[in-house]
Amino acid sequence: MTVRLQSEPFDSGAEVARLSEGRAGVGAVVTFTGLCRDRADNGAPLEALILEHYPEMAQAELERIEAEARARWPLVDALLVHRYGRIRPGEPIVLVATLSAHRATAFAAAEFLMDYLKTSAPFWKQEETAAGTGWVAAKDADDAAAERWSRG
Amino acid sequence: MKLKYFAWVRERVGLAEEDVDAPAGVATVAELVDWLRGRGPDYERAFAAGPAIRAAIDKRHAKPDASIAGAGEIAFFPPMTGG
Repeated sequence: MTVRLQSEPFDSGAEVARLSEGRAGVGAVVTFTGLCRDRADNGAPLEALILEHYPEMAQAELERIEAEARARWPLVDALLVHRYGRIRPGEPIVLVATLSAHRATAFAAAEFLMDYLKTSAPFWKQEETAAGTGWVAAKDADDAAAERWSRG
Repeated sequence: MKLKYFAWVRERVGLAEEDVDAPAGVATVAELVDWLRGRGPDYERAFAAGPAIRAAIDKRHAKPDASIAGAGEIAFFPPMTGG
């Protein structure tokens, strides 16, 4: 189980190949890669996203989210990679990969990890456009997505 | 204790971090926010969003009624927009 924060881009395919190599008991690998779009939330052409983070807490919080996923589902392994700094359109921002014996577990755990990460990992996006830079507002839909996993 | 500010909370306060000694009687996150708001217009503007501002005590999310007793580091920031 690995959590990694980095400023440089990553190669999802290479990450997943490395993670799943030689895993005889793994029948399912689910991956999600979040990419930087070429438009700001208001539709303006986006030059870049600038991700600010709280490094020590981001690492700890992502490890807590991953531990929670492992407590809920029998995962063989999981990987979370999240970038910070300046990210250009088309580049990856985040990677979630889950490995398990069967697909239902891998799908559910991957979705849980992303939903929780969006609302509780301390990262903040700024959009850079021709008009300047501005903070991205949190979306209610993300809170609702995380909320559906909460226990009673 | 050490206070840290992130994103637009940091911009409005004008500092990324600072050391403060909160007065006796400031026992919770909400009371700390009220005290900070009284420290000047930058703080007032930073914390005017009230409950929209999140807090973490020693790198764990904390609710407004959480006790700050014994806290080493308290962070304030807007709702998160990572992923």
